[in-house]
Amino acid sequence: MLPKNTLLLNVQDIGLWELLTGPWHWAFSGFMITLVLFLLVWMGKSFGVSSSFRDLCNLAGAGKKVPYFKFDIKEEYWRLSFVFGAIIGGFIAFHFMQSPNPVDISVETRNYLVTLGMSYPESDLSGQGFVPTELFNFSSWKGILLALAGGILVGFGTRYGKGCTSGHAITGLAHLQLPSLITVIGFFIGGLIMTHFILPYLIVL
Amino acid sequence: MKNLAYTLVGIVFGITMTKSEAISWYRIIEMFRFESFHMYGIIGVAVVLSALLLFILKRKKFKTLEGGFVEHKGMELRPKRHILAGSIFGLGWALLGACPGPIYVLIGNGFLIMGVVLIGAVFGTYLYGLWMDKLPH
Repeated sequence: MLPKNTLLLNVQDIGLWELLTGPWHWAFSGFMITLVLFLLVWMGKSFGVSSSFRDLCNLAGAGKKVPYFKFDIKEEYWRLSFVFGAIIGGFIAFHFMQSPNPVDISVETRNYLVTLGMSYPESDLSGQGFVPTELFNFSSWKGILLALAGGILVGFGTRYGKGCTSGHAITGLAHLQLPSLITVIGFFIGGLIMTHFILPYLIVL
Repeated sequence: MKNLAYTLVGIVFGITMTKSEAISWYRIIEMFRFESFHMYGIIGVAVVLSALLLFILKRKKFKTLEGGFVEHKGMELRPKRHILAGSIFGLGWALLGACPGPIYVLIGNGFLIMGVVLIGAVFGTYLYGLWMDKLPH
């Protein structure tokens, strides 16, 4: 009986659960995003996260002052439910599916961060390889202001451009929309400027 | 009850974003430094598969649960606006290492500082609404 049991344990060790709790392959991840897009389309909606910020403005009462925020919020309950689910999904992944290994970024990126005196996933355990806690934290004004500034840029830019990564880079491109392609090129112009010309100075600030 | 279905899809999205590491600041800087294929792989597969899927759904006149066909409300082509708005968003994306989806997912992962980011994003959205008439569109 014993050898059979051992075999069973071994099979479980490399089983589905381990595959799901380890970091996902990019191809599987891309497939899962497509599944999310399909489910939303099937339910008659489209995949777009940043519009939820406009919904939150409406809930905060901005509609009384600015007409742009005056609309029937009931039409948007689905989106608020979706982003609420995204928070729960993050909670589930953190508590029940945590990966045993740190985020495995490339050696080039890690060496670059080291030359800047920055943390990298293995060195900043509290950040889980997700958030560099020396940049974004509650313990310094810099940490709070950077978080706030980044948020303002994202919120302003997405509404001005009518969409973010989900709406333009995925949904828009998949619908072969030229405006989305140009917007994504804009994402990269801004992203490259920040990464190469601004971030190195913010880090040492 | 129907909104519960959207919450369930959101949960799948939140888990996907976390396990794919797309919510990682380090993955985003790596992408903008062109030092890994990871993020390009995720977005590339998602776009190609979604494009195929949407093409088939439109072709087969697939009916959604709400009874309509699959369609996309395209926006007017305004290159200057797209580039300008996209760049502003890109600055924030690369700074935070997070776009709107990951902001929510990271809050769920326990990073409460992302709540400050969310407040900033809502405020930034408010600023757009406030100034939209004065902006070039």
